[in-house]
Amino acid sequence: MSVVLVFLLVVIGFSFWWLSHQRIMSKPWLESGVHTAVPETDASGMATEKVALGVFLAVVGALFALFASAYFMRMEYSDWQAPPLPRILWLNTFVLMLASAAFSCAVRATRERHIALTRLALSAAGLGTLVFLAGQVTAWRELAAGGYFMDTNPANGFFYLMTGVHALHILGGLVALGRTTIRAWDPGAEPKRLTLGIELCAMYWHFLLLVWLGVFVLLEGWAGDLVTLCRQLLT
Amino acid sequence: MVDATHRAGGVIPPAEVPELELYHPKSWWTTYVFSQDAKVIAIQYAGTAMAIGLVALMLSWLIRLQLGFPGTFDFITPDAYYQFVTMHGMIMVIYLLTALFLGGFGNYLIPLMVGARDMVFPYANMLSYWIYLLAVLVLVASFFVPGGPTGAGWTLYPPQALLNGTPGGQELGIILMLVSLILFIIGFTMGGLNYVVTVLQGRTRGMTLMRMPLTVWGIFTATVMALLAFPALFVACVMMLFDRVLGTSFFMPALVEMGELTSHGGGSPILFQHLFWFFGHPEVYIVALPAFGIVSDLISTHARKNIFGYRMMVWAIVIIGALSFVVWAHHMYVSGMHPLFGFFFATTTLIIAVPTAIKVYNWILTLWRGDIHLTLPMLFALAFIVTFLNGGLTGLFLGNVVVDVPLSDTMFVVAHFHMVMGVAPILVIFGAIYHWYPKITGRMLNQQLGLFHFWVTFVGAYAIFFPMHYLGLVGAPRRYPELGGTAFIPESVADLNAFISITAFVVGFAQLVFLFNLIWSLRYGKEAGPNPWRATTLEWQTPTTPPPHGNWGDERPVVYRWAYDYSVPGAPQDFIPQNDPWPDKPLTRPA
Ligand code: HEM
Ligand SMILES: [Cu+2]
Repeated sequence: MSVVLVFLLVVIGFSFWWLSHQRIMSKPWLESGVHTAVPETDASGMATEKVALGVFLAVVGALFALFASAYFMRMEYSDWQAPPLPRILWLNTFVLMLASAAFSCAVRATRERHIALTRLALSAAGLGTLVFLAGQVTAWRELAAGGYFMDTNPANGFFYLMTGVHALHILGGLVALGRTTIRAWDPGAEPKRLTLGIELCAMYWHFLLLVWLGVFVLLEGWAGDLVTLCRQLLT
Repeated sequence: MVDATHRAGGVIPPAEVPELELYHPKSWWTTYVFSQDAKVIAIQYAGTAMAIGLVALMLSWLIRLQLGFPGTFDFITPDAYYQFVTMHGMIMVIYLLTALFLGGFGNYLIPLMVGARDMVFPYANMLSYWIYLLAVLVLVASFFVPGGPTGAGWTLYPPQALLNGTPGGQELGIILMLVSLILFIIGFTMGGLNYVVTVLQGRTRGMTLMRMPLTVWGIFTATVMALLAFPALFVACVMMLFDRVLGTSFFMPALVEMGELTSHGGGSPILFQHLFWFFGHPEVYIVALPAFGIVSDLISTHARKNIFGYRMMVWAIVIIGALSFVVWAHHMYVSGMHPLFGFFFATTTLIIAVPTAIKVYNWILTLWRGDIHLTLPMLFALAFIVTFLNGGLTGLFLGNVVVDVPLSDTMFVVAHFHMVMGVAPILVIFGAIYHWYPKITGRMLNQQLGLFHFWVTFVGAYAIFFPMHYLGLVGAPRRYPELGGTAFIPESVADLNAFISITAFVVGFAQLVFLFNLIWSLRYGKEAGPNPWRATTLEWQTPTTPPPHGNWGDERPVVYRWAYDYSVPGAPQDFIPQNDPWPDKPLTRPA
């Protein structure tokens, strides 16, 4: 459970840091009257949607941290046999990185109100993501063709499970991306809304890229090596 | 005076922009059924939770029938008994308590108490309820499939949960249970994001974090915890579903069942236990923290005194929330762990008692020399304090490895967790309903029926659960349909069991009186007026009662003080509402 504990430590650390900036030492029983209502709230000036996405990503992060924890614990048992990972995963990783980069371009373009470039970057990001998903499906079929089925070994099970859950999150993101893309082509759309939409998508994609890198490292077995290394260093 | 038109940093919090248009639903369907109004969603959540809770109550009667009068009722086979116990526990913990506190009270109270017009994402909020309803329906469906619901115990431990000998293990029961939980978690996440972000972003002018009523603090922290803890249950459920349906071996070890080797091999049941309790222990506080918050507000209001140590109460809530993620393995002392781990988890468990005890002291100090009105909400709040204290003390016993090992899986544990997370939060729910019913409906609940309900429930709950400590100490095991000829268990245990059962029926009956009161008072209750308890928090200051969609009239309230200005010397009344600038003049909005 160490992975999820580390993750929680980060979340809790962030929350406490945030709380410490919220005047938690104030003495509310001593303050009253008109002047105290002036800075209207201490709600952040950040867009509500961004705050919400941030909270949601913490939940997604917890989910994958738990999968990783389970992976490590299950790995210790003697029947564990990691499947050979399809080479195409490297390509997929690269494509997902490109999609993320395209989102960064889109964010910059829309902030500068450069609509043609925004559309181009959004299409590129969408396309890249579709290619990534197709690549993942290919990887699944390759594994299955090699006889590495879900139920032959828990390592295979984890492979399908984690890549599958990750792909589901990407699919969900594609719905949001679809809506944003429609808005990008709508001449009547409010530019501020569009910018916000693109920023949210970009945030989500960057995060899912990060998660994918984590999953990839885990499945490749490097994480296990890392742990052994740490253990050797410690003892 | 400071210039009141100044806007900090030039930022207008988005929720400040009144978009009243949004709050005019178009038809009957969108007003009452597919409503996006948090208050309607709250009532839907609460209604569904109480309906399924009634099923769990009836299941507890069936359990008690068997335990009190073993061998009398042929239809309660051991299999059926296990199914009753499992469904009773699961429904009570997840589908009743979690849904009612967060989905019910969270939805109703958060927007009103922080002065928002609604949750920040009303559409997702509506979806949250409908997915919850679907989860409940899937759960109910499991009663009607061949083989019936799962009988694995509410902890659903593998491998037995997936085996032939367990009811529903190789039939549909366990599958429906897991699917229902997965749906519940998805639905909850949608709602939970709303509760958290509404508290963060939706607060009205002047409502700083440290001026929020403790109810909001409790629900807020519990929701954050739930958002981080439920994924563990989600992972456990998905992996178990894979084991059951796709033949993987995440949790299922190699084993021989009925002379045949199963297709599983090598899986780790302990892994499931870790995942389950990583969710399961925070779940206790997910239920307790909203109760803590609500009780603080009930006590302060009905004792006409400010809450003692508000800051400490807030910190304690947050610290309990954080600590409760590092104690989960105290549920696994008997599953074989390294002694040092046991030591670690026993220590963290005992440390958590410190902030919890601080809260209890602060409640008592709030009552000290207060102008205590023994209203129904106050009675329930007082009953909560003693009950929670009782359950908390037995928790200290069980938190120690050496004491827990002999007591584990006895009725002592059943007594402990019913006191601390069964009876105590339920008492708060009742108190809260008596307190807020006038706001929700505009009418008071009947006092006589309420007093009857209170005394029977409070005394009855002790009559039921207190003797169970003794049963546990003499060794009566938990989850046994019948004790049979167990040599070390004295005769008196059977008499005591019969007594407990009869009390349980009486207490159950009192709940029906409560339900009757809820319906009867809707029509015939005394008119309540906007603020019958003369309370300070914003929900009592709405221009209309019950508050309409959008909550406030043309303008959202402005908050000038904290939530606990009761009996302030020199003030015109013994309470000053949060939106009352006394002794100043109210702000006028810049043109
Ligand atoms: C009318 C009130 C209630 C009565 C009479 C009652 C009675 C019982 C009994 C007799 C058992 C079985 C003990 C055994 O293992 O032999 C049980 C189990 C349980 N109850 Fe209750 N209960 C009540 C309310 C609640 C509430 C409000 C909760 C909410 C937390 C709750 C949670 C549980 C849980 C989690 C179990 C364990 C199920 C399992 O072993 O899998 N109960 N209850
Ligand atoms: Cu616990």
